[in-house]
Amino acid sequence: MKAFEIVTEAINPQVYADYVLRPEAGAVTLFTGHVREWTKGVRTLHLSYEAYIPMAEKKLTQIGEEIEQRWEGTKVAIAHRIGELQISDIAVVIAVSSPHRKTAYEANEYAIERIKEIVPIWKKEIWEDGEEWIGDQKKKPEGGLT
Amino acid sequence: MISLRYFAGLREQTGVSEEQVDMAGQTVEDLWQWATEKYPDFLSGAARVAVNEEYALPTDILETGDVVAFIPPVSGG
Repeated sequence: MKAFEIVTEAINPQVYADYVLRPEAGAVTLFTGHVREWTKGVRTLHLSYEAYIPMAEKKLTQIGEEIEQRWEGTKVAIAHRIGELQISDIAVVIAVSSPHRKTAYEANEYAIERIKEIVPIWKKEIWEDGEEWIGDQKKKPEGGLT
Repeated sequence: MISLRYFAGLREQTGVSEEQVDMAGQTVEDLWQWATEKYPDFLSGAARVAVNEEYALPTDILETGDVVAFIPPVSGG
């Protein structure tokens, strides 16, 4: 495994938790994001994720660097799966270790927010009666052209 | 030449995932204009452009050999 990677097979979260664990760490937060069946009353059959892989891995690495600078003493690993995923499959795993728990929680949440802003990964929802690429429009990101 | 790459919904609109253009010396904004003229359905508002795997500014100048990606709104996680 790599500490920041795009994968095409099922994710084993323990691998990433083990990677960040060190003697200095008193806390490890392990977040797993899963494929949800129901979104605002619409039933998803499965999801398809696509990534610009080299850039996505670079941006995941950047997020890890941002965290390690902002919260001293943290260590981070992140993996995102692409391809076709079924309900309840793990799409993303984020592991953060730190000396104390508060930092591990905060840094972990920061990582998922940043993933949704800057990492070139796209989700397509496939429903019973159609499909659509989902775009998170919540922020004007860095380098935006508008 | 500049290599262009399209992803997700933008790829479905262009019908190709890659193509080459002769636009060295022109800006990212010029390329954007070219793309929206060629592909009228392009989402002009929300997409970003990456040059050599880093987000680019509209004023950045393209060089021969650059790999340019059109990045529609991301939705990982």
